[in-house]
Amino acid sequence: MIPANFDYESPRTLSEALELLASREDAKILAGGHSLLPAMKLRLAQPALLVDIGRIGGLSYVRESGEHIRIGAMTTHAEIASSKVLQRFSPLLPQAACQIGDMQVRNCGTIGGSLAQAHPAADYPAVVLALDAEIVVASRTGEREIPAREFFTGMFSTELHPHEIITEIRVPRTDDQGIAYKKHHHPASGYAVVGVAVRLKLSVGKIDTVAIGITGVGQNAYRATAVENALRGKPVAAIREATAHVAKNVEVLSDNYASSDYRQHLAAVLTRRALEQAAGGRAK
Amino acid sequence: MKDVTITVNGVEHRAQVEPRLLLVHFLRELAGLTGTHIGCETSLCGACTVLVDGRAVKSCTVLAVQADGHKVTTVEGLANGDRLHAIQEGFWEEHGLQCGFCTPGMIMCSHDLLKQHPSPSDSEIREAINGNLCRCTGYQHIVNAVRSASRKMSKRVSARAAAAR
Amino acid sequence: MARNGKPRRAPRSNGKTNGHAKAAHWVGRKLKRKEDPRLIQGITHYTDDLKLPRMLYCTLVRSPYAHAEIRGIRTDAARAVSGVAGVFTAEDTASLGMVPCAIQMPDLKVPKHPVLATDRVRYVGEPVAAVVADDLYAARDAAELVEVDYEPLPVVTDMQKALSNDTPYVHDEFRSNKAFTHTLKNGDIAAAFKKADRVVKQRMLNQRLAPIAMETRAVLAEYLPGEHRLTVWSSTQIPHLLRTQVSVMLGLPETAVRVIAPEVGGGFGSKLNVYAEEGLIPWLAMKLGRPVKWSETRRENFTATIHGRDTINDVELALKKDGTVLGLRVRILADLGAYHQLLTPLIPQLTALMLAGCYKFPAIDIEIQGVFTNKMSTDAYRGAGRPEATYIVERIMDIAAHELGMDSAQFRLKNFPQPKEFPFTTITGLTYDSAKYQESLKRALQLAGYDTLRRRQKNGWKQGKYYGVGVSTYVEICAIGPSAATPAGGWESGTVRVEPTGKVTVLTGASPHGQGQETTFAQLIADELGIDPEDVSVVHGDTMAVPYGIGTFGSRATAVGGTAAYLATQKLKAKMATLAAHLLGSTPGDITIGRGHLTAKRNKKSISFGELVMAAYTARNIPPGFEPGMEATHFFEPSNFTFPFGAHIASVEVDAETGEVKVDKYVAVDDCGNVINPLLVDGQIQGGIAQGIGQAMWEELIYNEEGQLVTGSLMEYALPKAHFLPEFTLDRTVTPSPVNPMGVKGVGEAGTIASTPCMVNAVCDALSPLGIRHIEMPLKPERVWRAIIQVQAAPKEPEPAIVPALAAAAARKPAQKTARRRV
Repeated sequence: MIPANFDYESPRTLSEALELLASREDAKILAGGHSLLPAMKLRLAQPALLVDIGRIGGLSYVRESGEHIRIGAMTTHAEIASSKVLQRFSPLLPQAACQIGDMQVRNCGTIGGSLAQAHPAADYPAVVLALDAEIVVASRTGEREIPAREFFTGMFSTELHPHEIITEIRVPRTDDQGIAYKKHHHPASGYAVVGVAVRLKLSVGKIDTVAIGITGVGQNAYRATAVENALRGKPVAAIREATAHVAKNVEVLSDNYASSDYRQHLAAVLTRRALEQAAGGRAK
Repeated sequence: MKDVTITVNGVEHRAQVEPRLLLVHFLRELAGLTGTHIGCETSLCGACTVLVDGRAVKSCTVLAVQADGHKVTTVEGLANGDRLHAIQEGFWEEHGLQCGFCTPGMIMCSHDLLKQHPSPSDSEIREAINGNLCRCTGYQHIVNAVRSASRKMSKRVSARAAAAR
Repeated sequence: MARNGKPRRAPRSNGKTNGHAKAAHWVGRKLKRKEDPRLIQGITHYTDDLKLPRMLYCTLVRSPYAHAEIRGIRTDAARAVSGVAGVFTAEDTASLGMVPCAIQMPDLKVPKHPVLATDRVRYVGEPVAAVVADDLYAARDAAELVEVDYEPLPVVTDMQKALSNDTPYVHDEFRSNKAFTHTLKNGDIAAAFKKADRVVKQRMLNQRLAPIAMETRAVLAEYLPGEHRLTVWSSTQIPHLLRTQVSVMLGLPETAVRVIAPEVGGGFGSKLNVYAEEGLIPWLAMKLGRPVKWSETRRENFTATIHGRDTINDVELALKKDGTVLGLRVRILADLGAYHQLLTPLIPQLTALMLAGCYKFPAIDIEIQGVFTNKMSTDAYRGAGRPEATYIVERIMDIAAHELGMDSAQFRLKNFPQPKEFPFTTITGLTYDSAKYQESLKRALQLAGYDTLRRRQKNGWKQGKYYGVGVSTYVEICAIGPSAATPAGGWESGTVRVEPTGKVTVLTGASPHGQGQETTFAQLIADELGIDPEDVSVVHGDTMAVPYGIGTFGSRATAVGGTAAYLATQKLKAKMATLAAHLLGSTPGDITIGRGHLTAKRNKKSISFGELVMAAYTARNIPPGFEPGMEATHFFEPSNFTFPFGAHIASVEVDAETGEVKVDKYVAVDDCGNVINPLLVDGQIQGGIAQGIGQAMWEELIYNEEGQLVTGSLMEYALPKAHFLPEFTLDRTVTPSPVNPMGVKGVGEAGTIASTPCMVNAVCDALSPLGIRHIEMPLKPERVWRAIIQVQAAPKEPEPAIVPALAAAAARKPAQKTARRRV
């Protein structure tokens, strides 16, 4: 219940935060705190310095910007879930956001924090993958963009360097596409046992664009590229067969709630259902 | 140690705290407000729910230093003198509690819900309180309590609006 | 006849009270609870809310191993932490008595159970050292620095392995892991099975559960050396029994110990116990001369507060082909864990008693073995033995109905005793007080729209949709109970005192933790005295204020504690009538009490309630030999248990592709005898149903082979959440109990007992056309999915594609010909 001691700084600017982060070996960023603090309370995480970025202005926003929507890293799940801009132009994110944790968690947890933690069963990773989002990160030396597809590298591990901070997530407009997020909630934790985010565009009855992001199944969220390839150019009727192997070549997780066999099966079923929904029910 | 100033139920509390002090311990141990309970250490039971700047949060998963300069409302801050808040009345009238341990968290969570959605459906109420565990009631009377509170609050809002006209 | 010799009361609904004038009918009303204003405002105190001057905080160091030798403990580093007042191990606490077990049985092996582990630890979470410091954070930091040198030993977690020859012993001194064997046999079981047309067999597990009261346990103790007085605040269901045990553990006179149960945030049986910490914390307070508080974390609550259930049951039911039950044979292995807590070995025996369910079994044969394993103790968890019994009976009855191709409701109706057969003596030797099982079941069928549900089910099967209808009828044993059948006395105390101003104080030994006795007892006493419940204050949970009592558990508070208060009130009313007769110039038999007055019928003179009471206290004008004051106490010893009953029906849909189960309807018709406050009765039932569904669907404590509790947090152990559950439809029948004068039975556990088998019956029913017979709890989607794919993969099984045809066949003549699989 009680975290070990740590030093604490709450910088007012991003550059101050980046300096602090670089100043100590085992410094950690505190965003919404809803992944880090529970781990610290169980003393599974014992950072020496917490850099609280909650007081840096201007990191919480949702803005339209041409073909993209830009989301500040400190935007909470609740803000994403209720964002009119996202609901209109890129509704996959709000659809997943409203299924994260519970109301209190959504009021505090942030998209940047969730992505940086890269929990293998978090919801956002599947979504940003399916959206081909860009994750913008800052360090003392400047800014870089990491494509979502390159971001997740393993369980709780990402392309993010220790001294970098996520500042923004850029997602494309998908208002010309069907989208769906299907999730099997763990009944206790609320995490995704399997979460499947898809977007899909049909062109004269054939699948033109398709993207499938899957969380909860592997060490980290992934794109089901083989299924996407098998579906491109095919009619929606091909979905059932193509999705059967959505977890093939993945080292599938197993726990007391769901074995790897079941997760794999669930991934196939939920992927099919998500694609069918995204195709507007025309896939039967 | 860090200096913090947290306004709890309209009263300013200043203290020097360890950065690791959890908001729930600040409230219970330093501010002496024990209506906010601790039911787990994994941010899942919701017993410690309070409002920070009006939004429901689990005070076991917030550091007191994060709440520095913010306004916190706990269950003790809801009633106006002898007059109970409509949500408290709802819980009382609909028998929305038994042992009462989860109740302050349930009430604070419902407060946020009703601010965002003044007339929620039963299933919206159930979704909204899914981060608050109750082992006594089976939730049915809690749903009734929130529904009843929502009706009361809507009535009061329309009565106030009518009076203003 | 009720044992106290008072005339038995008619059902309360007629409003008459023992020949006195009409009461105000507070009983039967949905009164708002008197306890709520303080709870909804957060202005009351649970144990952890209390803070005393100079108070210290205790954190316990617990074993991370399920079985290990303790080679040594180093505490220097912990002691050096700023603010630490002391670190204590078993060497220091040698003078403390053992953690008590109240159960005595022939051949029962009772291991030594020290407050802190001495040379060995036997389960993960066993307390090893206590760290006491000025503040909680320092105590926690110091606890990290206590170094214990463990030598891990082989672990036994599987009950069946624990009974084999080559197994580690949990307690070497017994040379066996078998703690007891309990048998109950009656009727000619051999003949029953010999003449049976059909024998239905099934192994079924009742998984280990965590009670999870939302308030974890907490203990605060203060010792005042000058007064030789120890005060212990504990989150307990049994303050008086705890006082006795604490005085024994500490070697103090019982008069020096005061136990207070402040607000208690739920118990569900988990606080019907005496724990190591309840001896240790008072000892620390005495040792250090300062108040000491310990509050359990949820992790500790999972590992070191008692668990419930955990049995393996082999069940055989002998039947005639017309569906008449002939005999039941049950073999049970009960996992007791490493040590006996207060009632550990008793719980399986309650299962044995209730295995006749609400059916007429001519013969029964039960054998239960209690087994030690390297786990936390099992003990009373909501229902305590009865849910296990009901699960066995209701599952095997349902499986039998399916095998015989009978409707599961009709099959049950066939085997109920008739109402005129009550009091009904069961094959297990109990006397059921009163019941109309037919009535509650028929009402439930009607409310659920049973025929419609069955039609939907058949149509659904044709379309590949799996709807299931679960029926469960139950009887439970409540109002625990006659003292001869209980380990620590089964009576309860009640004191009623009318204060000089006419306000009434009721003292009850049945210390509540959410049940609402402050309201229901006030309603009851207000009616008896013709006053308003607002004028009745119910006091409980303080051994210094309340005469010795037993506590709240086993659905006993109203039926035993309420009766005690009721009978105390009768004594008081007789006394009032004597004084009133004296003052009004009449005879006691002529006096009526009601509407705040006592009236002499013949001369129409009356005196107000307040004046009369004041006269009893001023005592200037009292009859000769009349004792001044207005207080009476009754210790009520029930002549029998009570036996509430009911029928529950669940309607579910199973997603055959994912194994997910959706509950779309849940109907419960319960009969707890007369009802004092319908709102509170409904609350008990709803909460109970949710908890029982929790066991059926989600809850499961899993120890791995190393004895680690792998579902030991709310991240893994799934309690029912609001959106998992449908709105329950409740109704009741009212069959008063003849055991107590109020005709009440008890309702605290009913929902939990009925709903678990109801849900499993519903899911298995849904999948019956696939040939699925039984799925173990909890019905996690994966389990259900596996059951389905196993029957689909089995050779000579019908293909899923022809399920509709099969379903049609099953509807005509189900079951026998389809292959069966247990998962």
